[in-house]
Amino acid sequence: MYFLRRLAYMIPLLLVISAITFWLVHLAPGNPFATERAPASPQIEHNLRAKYHADEPIWKQYVRYMGGLLHGDFGPSMKYRDHSVTDIIHQALPVSMLLGWLAFGFAMGVGLPVGFATAVRRGQWHDYLGSFLALLAVCIPGFVIAPLLVLGFAMKWKLLPVALWASPLHAVLPTIALGLYFAGKVARLFREGMLNTMQMEFVTAARAKGLGENTLLLRHAVRLAVLPVVSYAGPMLADLLTGSFVIEIIFQIPGLGVFFINSSLNNDYMLTVGLALLYAVLLIVLNLAVDFAYMILDPRVKYE
Amino acid sequence: MHRDPPADVTIINFSEPQSLDPAIISAQPDMRIVSGMFEGLTRSDPKTGSAVPGLADHWDISADGRIYTFHLRTNLVWSTGEPLRAADVVYSWIRTLDPDTASDYAGQLFYVKNAEAFNAGKLKDASQVGVRALDPFTVQVELNHPTVFFLELCAMPMASVVPRQAIEKLGDNWIKAKPLPVSGPYQLAFWRVNDKVRLQKNPRYWDAANTQSKIIDLLPIVSASSALNLYERGQVDIVWDKELVPTELLDVLLKRPDFHTFNYLGTYFIRFNVTRKPFDDVRVRKALAMAIDKKRIVERITHGGEIPTSHFVPDGTAHYTSPEGLGYNPELARKLLAEAGFPGGKNFPRMEYMFNAAAGGGKIHEKIAIELQQMWRDNLGVDIELRQLEMQVYLSEQDALHYDISRSSWIGDYNDANTFLAMFVTNDGNNRTGWSNSHYDDLVQQANETTDAARREKLFQDAETILVRDEVPILPLFFYSGINYFDTNKIQGIYNNVVDLHPLQCIRKVRNSKPEIRNSEQ
Repeated sequence: MYFLRRLAYMIPLLLVISAITFWLVHLAPGNPFATERAPASPQIEHNLRAKYHADEPIWKQYVRYMGGLLHGDFGPSMKYRDHSVTDIIHQALPVSMLLGWLAFGFAMGVGLPVGFATAVRRGQWHDYLGSFLALLAVCIPGFVIAPLLVLGFAMKWKLLPVALWASPLHAVLPTIALGLYFAGKVARLFREGMLNTMQMEFVTAARAKGLGENTLLLRHAVRLAVLPVVSYAGPMLADLLTGSFVIEIIFQIPGLGVFFINSSLNNDYMLTVGLALLYAVLLIVLNLAVDFAYMILDPRVKYE
Repeated sequence: MHRDPPADVTIINFSEPQSLDPAIISAQPDMRIVSGMFEGLTRSDPKTGSAVPGLADHWDISADGRIYTFHLRTNLVWSTGEPLRAADVVYSWIRTLDPDTASDYAGQLFYVKNAEAFNAGKLKDASQVGVRALDPFTVQVELNHPTVFFLELCAMPMASVVPRQAIEKLGDNWIKAKPLPVSGPYQLAFWRVNDKVRLQKNPRYWDAANTQSKIIDLLPIVSASSALNLYERGQVDIVWDKELVPTELLDVLLKRPDFHTFNYLGTYFIRFNVTRKPFDDVRVRKALAMAIDKKRIVERITHGGEIPTSHFVPDGTAHYTSPEGLGYNPELARKLLAEAGFPGGKNFPRMEYMFNAAAGGGKIHEKIAIELQQMWRDNLGVDIELRQLEMQVYLSEQDALHYDISRSSWIGDYNDANTFLAMFVTNDGNNRTGWSNSHYDDLVQQANETTDAARREKLFQDAETILVRDEVPILPLFFYSGINYFDTNKIQGIYNNVVDLHPLQCIRKVRNSKPEIRNSEQ
């Protein structure tokens, strides 16, 4: 029931989000029809405005937009005039999602073991090294990591492709570049979670009962220690699945990330609003999934 | 992920196409692709860039220069097999002019009789427009006045021939027709957004025997370092946009034999908003103009072979030599400024120089802005503030005359002085300075009505003198220099020309090449 109710809340929430973004993009300075070469007569821009209904009042445009949305039509792109917004999302989202899941896998696959190891060997050199690397991963931004990876693995040693999206090998560097920050984040969160859990009374009690250290940590402690990671995983996944501007530009990946930035620079209203809604839906659904995961992992959590 | 069979030639083409519809496009990267798919009555010569016979194999021009009669080749067919006839040409031109198409470039056809009225919706009857099919193989065009560069316009995308059969069926989605009928040397194999456009040879093109490469990939890449990396690893053959050379490496790269610079018809200049004080005073505009040492800008900032200039129409424009404009003369500049009431820059109001963020993320406009600011301060004692804007905002501010001084540039649409001088006619959409001079308007109009080449040049020179010496609503800084890179031992068929046009069907990769069989550069 609880989850159904949460899902139902989604609808008014999305309505509010769509109305606000629709209004905000029109408020932004600039004009989607401005060009370096002025049309030969003012009539041409007038025709263009009429074609995209940009000559109507904003509320009317919004109603028209929402009407289309009911039929799954996100409207036309004003910049990429051969494509509808639906078409762009349809082509670019799967690419971003694939790379996003790979980076998510990398972040978890690297972050969790490092977090675990640094927590269990707290105060030893493993901890210092692991924590330092995790900190480094969090501090160095993607636009520094990515060119460094390219410089080393692609240009100097020629082991991996420089850019483009044409084979599994092409995915290696972007996955690392995109996932590294999150791996560092996950490692740090998991280490914190483990340290907190290991000081809890039930752990001491279990230890006193003579439960083996491995069973104790892996069976019981991890379930609770992973909770901070889980709550972080929702927004992180929403970020990863919708693509990254920096990574997509550097590795020339045909994903959605570039459109998030460029659509607002281009005043491509429909595209900006469509992407904002897509992101909102993902965020809401994933946060719901996080709550669901909490319920399974932590027996103390119950939803009414 | 798609594993495509390899292409014969792979080109990095800069930005993702906004469209592949010849009537819609306005960006150069888009034109490079579209010109390979749709051809007009004329096409561009790969060496000179000027118009040579395309779908029309010859034409007659009436004695007064107003009536062009084009004779189509008799063997023309669409890539899908249907015959291509004179009616298709007429349909395509009318479509570009149709107000519903909302074509940015429709203005290039306004030289045709009644075209402007039809585009503005004032004339509803398309048959009144001066383009007609006399018979299936003859197209007659009636112009408002003799237009010496008209054949060049016929080679531009907005005048190319598009498939009525697909457009009437699919409307705005016609470019996604499968198969898409094309009139040019290449068919669209596929177009994946932000990934690649793949073109495949059209075997039914009239000149298919001379199409050099079967498959050409064009990649939309805007990052200069990614472009260079892909090129260095041999993943791409040609990189052809100036924005795709990392500026930090310019000096090193330009020394290499595979990096080619060339001059083309483009001017980097500054607009003054003459409707705002103190730029309504010509002495102030002249003073600001003469305080700029353009040589220093190209030597210290751009250093890609750009040519500093005092006039607006680029050197190398056909049948035209520009008059000299105002030179660098800080002394005279100070004197003029003092006469205008601002001795030593005293009491000069707070003014802004507006510029846009450069496309590839480079800082070139910003660096130039800082240099200009410095020179105005040093030479005139005037403090100009800088204001950087996003592209769309910058363009609409410029268009609305919401600026004091604005960075500007203009790339010629065709090889004639008119494409530069006509824009400063009163109320032209590209004027964007608020400047108006009836004598200038007259000179440009007279030049366009004469068929006498020498008289035409003289009239344009007089007009340009007003623009760059007497009235100075603009301040030209330098002529652009283009850069592309490819190994001339491997790639042939690209010739550098002033219009920067390189027909795709002429480009080929030489396998097992011996060095320097034929140097493809001029």
